[in-house]
Amino acid sequence: MSAALDLFTFVAVSAGAFFFLAGTVGLLRFPDAFTRLHALTKADNLGLGLVVLGLLPRVHSLSGGLKLVLIWFLALLAGAVASQLIAGAAWRRGAGE
Amino acid sequence: MGTFLLGTAIFILATVAVGLARILRGPADADRMMAAQLLGTGGVAALLVVGVVIGEDAVVNVALTIALLAAFASITFYKAAAGGSARDSDDEGQP
Repeated sequence: MSAALDLFTFVAVSAGAFFFLAGTVGLLRFPDAFTRLHALTKADNLGLGLVVLGLLPRVHSLSGGLKLVLIWFLALLAGAVASQLIAGAAWRRGAGE
Repeated sequence: MGTFLLGTAIFILATVAVGLARILRGPADADRMMAAQLLGTGGVAALLVVGVVIGEDAVVNVALTIALLAAFASITFYKAAAGGSARDSDDEGQP
């Protein structure tokens, strides 16, 4: 059982790290602001979620695990709002010039 | 397993550091803000990994604070970019 949980942690955290790498590559390689925003917000929040999911078996208390999930949820909400606002600012800037 | 997790945290921080090159290259302020947002998300992930591996609850609290600060940073950026009239879409904030 412990080995299975370790394998789960290994796979989930590795996948999360891969999504962080994908987000960085997208941020550096995509041509304009909106595609970069698309790569950044979705890939990074998914990567954070996978990292949190992989860490859950290693948390010893229920409240500790709940706290990790809530931090991820806060990051999701903040990322959604921030991506809308940044896209709005970029759109206004592009339309104004 | 702890070594692997700490290595993953370092890897995530390294990808974030590479992504920060977008702050130098720009070209717009929005792109620079995205790199700062990446630093927020990646920092939260790395801090959560470190906090769980070393079993220190305070590090998880630091991650929570960074998540909150990243949210406020983006909202402040939008308010500044909109020139203080965020609701009026017809008003050209930066002519």
